[in-house]
Amino acid sequence: MAKRSIVPFGPQHPVLPEPVHLDLVLEDETVVGAIPSIGFIHRGLEKLVEKKDFKQYVYIAERVCGICSCGHGMGYCESVERVMGIEIPRRAEYLRTIWVEMSRVHSHLLWLGLLADAMGFESLFMECWRLREKILDMFDRTTGGRIIFSVNCVGGVLKDMDGAMLRAIRETVDQMEQELEPIMTTFIKDYSVQLRLRGLGILSREQAILQGAVGPMLRGSGVEYDTRMLGYAAYGDLDMEPIVGTDGDAYARCEVRAREIVQSFNLIREAIDKIPQGPISVPVKGNPQGEYFMRIEQPRGEAIYYTKGNGTKFLDRFRLRTPTTSNIPPMVEMLKGCQLGDVPLLILTIDPCISCTER
Amino acid sequence: MEEVKPDVRALAFARQALKNLFMKPATTSYPFEPASYPERMRGHVELVAEDCIGCGLCMRSCPPGAIRVDRQEGIWSINRFDCVQCESCVNACPKKCLKMAAGYTQPETEKAEERFEILKKQEK
Ligand code: SF4
Ligand code: SF4
Repeated sequence: MAKRSIVPFGPQHPVLPEPVHLDLVLEDETVVGAIPSIGFIHRGLEKLVEKKDFKQYVYIAERVCGICSCGHGMGYCESVERVMGIEIPRRAEYLRTIWVEMSRVHSHLLWLGLLADAMGFESLFMECWRLREKILDMFDRTTGGRIIFSVNCVGGVLKDMDGAMLRAIRETVDQMEQELEPIMTTFIKDYSVQLRLRGLGILSREQAILQGAVGPMLRGSGVEYDTRMLGYAAYGDLDMEPIVGTDGDAYARCEVRAREIVQSFNLIREAIDKIPQGPISVPVKGNPQGEYFMRIEQPRGEAIYYTKGNGTKFLDRFRLRTPTTSNIPPMVEMLKGCQLGDVPLLILTIDPCISCTER
Repeated sequence: MEEVKPDVRALAFARQALKNLFMKPATTSYPFEPASYPERMRGHVELVAEDCIGCGLCMRSCPPGAIRVDRQEGIWSINRFDCVQCESCVNACPKKCLKMAAGYTQPETEKAEERFEILKKQEK
């Protein structure tokens, strides 16, 4: 009979800089169950809506996460704008879309690098992060910040991009697409990568839906669902199809993310071609009264922003459900049956962002 | 066992890895080379003290409360350790006497406020 034991994993672990703790129930070396616990870095950001007025809160919403910062700012602003019935200029929606898509490229390249690092493929890791630097430089040039952009505001955006900047983004994207080629080939076709990832941590289509997986995790299991198809911001005008994997294993999740980078390049190019002229923000009068439930697609999956205003400048409630929160139950499910040695890599494949999960 | 896909390649990254060996470094060797900052960079807040009218709008717009404006004493002060470089004060200032400048501030051993004298003209 196999011997049962419980091995604690985390909150500090070399492969994950983020504090998530799991109690792994093992039978010999095989995981038969996992009990997750979070709550090591709770910051109480949601509570701050009671202290900072709804316009100032944009800067706090952006600081929920260091990687999807622009998306959190945008999700919050869009929900408040909808509560207040503000229609923002089209140009602002396009600018938001471009920045959010650039964030997706940045996030996915970062994740691919981390995955390569977790597999022990150091040169691939360096290459991903070298490429990611180019997109960070474009952020720096267009918004003034490499990580936190502070460009979103209720009623539009704060900074415009002139023709030269848009051209520079286009050139960077074209150049990056060429340089991405060897990275894509390696992740998708390399023998050793396939040997490591294929058949590992399979999450079936049914389980993915049942456990409420979101983002690349859901699409990797073959579910064609992408919140961008709802057409918020400028996505309604852009041509896109969700990228779907088939096998539901670690390889499928990696492939979905790698191919989403190319999809984002195409979306950025299309948005640059179609961007209309005009103002970038509208004046905001009054205070929010009412509630709204906004969904957007972050690099890690669907995020939900719930806003409830009471007619004063302080909101009653702001609730943010981040993609990692929804991806923890499917992660626990997919860990069952894997080997202890594969656990760090599998946790990485959900692209965990624990600090946004706990906010 | 699952089938192996036909387009599996061995050593797919070898060419790029070799190329990288002979490329010049992607990083800037700071401090031997100067760091370059883009024009829009939000490095730190700068005040043109002569133009400030002490209206206090920057103080009210600042989310972490880093700015303090005291009209009585004629002092505009900023706690640089609290400032998160969000540019909210710059957008709020009616006199456009605040701006975000490139470059970071120096590290310090004490959390001191940086003080500027404002409203000197009116006093005379
Ligand atoms: S940049 Fe932001 S945090 Fe810094 S002083 Fe201005 S408003 Fe305050
Ligand atoms: S810096 Fe600008 S906003 Fe602040 S007190 Fe002076 S004039 Fe007013």
